[in-house]
Amino acid sequence: MSERVPKYRYTAGQVTIVRAIWVLIGAVLALMTLFPLLWMVSISFKTQAEMFDMGLVPANPTLDNFRYVFTQVDFVRYLLNTFFVAATVTLVALLFHSMAGYALARLRFPGREAIFLTMFSTFLVSLPVIIVPLFILVRSLGMLNSFSGLIIPSIFNAFGIFLLRQFYLSVPRELEEAALIDGAGHFRIYWSVILPISRPILSALAILFFLANWNAFLWPLTVTRDPELRLVQVAIAGFQGQYTAAWNYIMAASTVVALPMLVLFLIFQRQIMDSLKTSGLK
Amino acid sequence: MSAVDIDDVVKTYGAMQVIHGVDLSIADGEFVVLVGPSGCGKSTLLRMVAGLEDISGGTISIGGTVVNELAPKERNIAMVFQNYALYPHMTVAQNMAFSLRLNRVGREEIRQKVERAADILGLGALLDRYPAQLSGGQRQRVAMGRAIVRNPEVFLFDEPLSNLDAKLRVQMRAEIGELHQRLRTTTIYVTHDQIEAMTMADRIVVMNAGRVEQVGSPLELYDRPRNLFVAGFIGSPAMNFIPGRIVERQFRSPLGVVAPLPRGINAAEGTEVVCGIRPDQITLGDEGAPAEVSVVEPTGAETLVVLRAGGVPIQAVLRDRRQIRPGEAVSFRLEPEAMHLFDAGTGVRL
Repeated sequence: MSERVPKYRYTAGQVTIVRAIWVLIGAVLALMTLFPLLWMVSISFKTQAEMFDMGLVPANPTLDNFRYVFTQVDFVRYLLNTFFVAATVTLVALLFHSMAGYALARLRFPGREAIFLTMFSTFLVSLPVIIVPLFILVRSLGMLNSFSGLIIPSIFNAFGIFLLRQFYLSVPRELEEAALIDGAGHFRIYWSVILPISRPILSALAILFFLANWNAFLWPLTVTRDPELRLVQVAIAGFQGQYTAAWNYIMAASTVVALPMLVLFLIFQRQIMDSLKTSGLK
Repeated sequence: MSAVDIDDVVKTYGAMQVIHGVDLSIADGEFVVLVGPSGCGKSTLLRMVAGLEDISGGTISIGGTVVNELAPKERNIAMVFQNYALYPHMTVAQNMAFSLRLNRVGREEIRQKVERAADILGLGALLDRYPAQLSGGQRQRVAMGRAIVRNPEVFLFDEPLSNLDAKLRVQMRAEIGELHQRLRTTTIYVTHDQIEAMTMADRIVVMNAGRVEQVGSPLELYDRPRNLFVAGFIGSPAMNFIPGRIVERQFRSPLGVVAPLPRGINAAEGTEVVCGIRPDQITLGDEGAPAEVSVVEPTGAETLVVLRAGGVPIQAVLRDRRQIRPGEAVSFRLEPEAMHLFDAGTGVRL
């Protein structure tokens, strides 16, 4: 048997150079991603006077900006509002999306494909395009300036349904048939068999939904006026309007908003990466 | 335990008919194996008994009750699937208890039934494990345990050993046989492996293209196959087929094979026939039809020799260890009483 000879051979030196180039590119990309975050954190600890100093380390670090954000503005309420909206949307959306995805993947009913294609086609339309009709619809339903106006329209999107449908198509049919023989009906199969095995993809979607709603800006800005209902991103934008030069407050508020997500990411890093890989998302 | 009656059952998908009026009666406590090549309709028939496929025509009865319109859970059957279909998020005990929980059986009774099934199948130490932590054989046993705890009227097995390696398959085959001996529950078992069928069945149903070709005990099918399909399907290595015709009360083949007709065969002079002969009924020697050795496969206890006679491959199983090499010229003879003659046109046994 003839030994296979690789087509190209590289010297150890060449390999090291290529690796070094890759590491350099990785480092530059990492720096480009991290630098704005570092700068945000840095400014949040700076006084108004040294705000535009180019140094990353504050000369006279201060907590005044954070004190201001939590005492002069009702920022805790905004954080709680945002958490409530993001968590509710995530939970309700996952429940309904998984039901819809399962029905579209497994149940036989007339018009199934047409319904799926109609849902799928909404992928092509972004929020700014439908924001006016959506606003009119929400106003007609009497949901302006309310938590329901913030929550309900955000629940419906084709992304989760599409992804879950694709996942359920790959679940072996025998699993459901075994449950059917064991005496389970459709809802019991969904609840006791399908939902538990969807845990990886549901966690990936939970992270994506929560992040999207935690960072939501355009819709909350459009649908609410009441300061009691304000969400964090709108509140931060409000800082900008009222205190145009007060970047130190804006950055302190942004740091506070980013912090829970960062902590969550650090704690659940492995699970998040695993679930993103499982769901085929990037 | 119950008898199963399949009466003129038809299955159609749109305009395509895949099961063409199957009739089959399975006695209470019997172990019946449906066997046939891929796509012959055996799994579809089993799924119709289970209630996983609609019945397009005819009736299926379990224990004297027509079950055509009953849901799977109302048929009192249990099924073991090819890929085990264990719930991956439940432990072995939870997998086995699932059907009992759905039927609102008391906790203590569930525990007793699960432990009894685990004892029968040797799963006692694995009750807290998840399916992913089990080997293929253990998973298969859990799937059987899940079926046992329900104490069903009929066990249905859909190619349950196909995913196991050869050694484990032999072991599980014996275990399923033992289980049937112990429980005596009516069993319908689907496989494409005729060895499985031969070793396990009380009766074998050979299916082909949506029809039953023959029903009988394993040895009946082996000794008196009704047609060329059954003759070729049952037995390993497969039966040899040699074309020829009846001349002066003898079978004569263009390959040079000449043999007197077996007793009881009354075929007209000149009839075109196919002679079927099992590989172990062929003798190599100095006399007979000429052939050339093409392949020699010694397995220890016996040697499989593939001959070429006039371009037709002939398999012979030799029990003695003789020196024989590919390319060698030999002669072979058939054991006349072991010949099976089939009409060359219809394929039906004469």
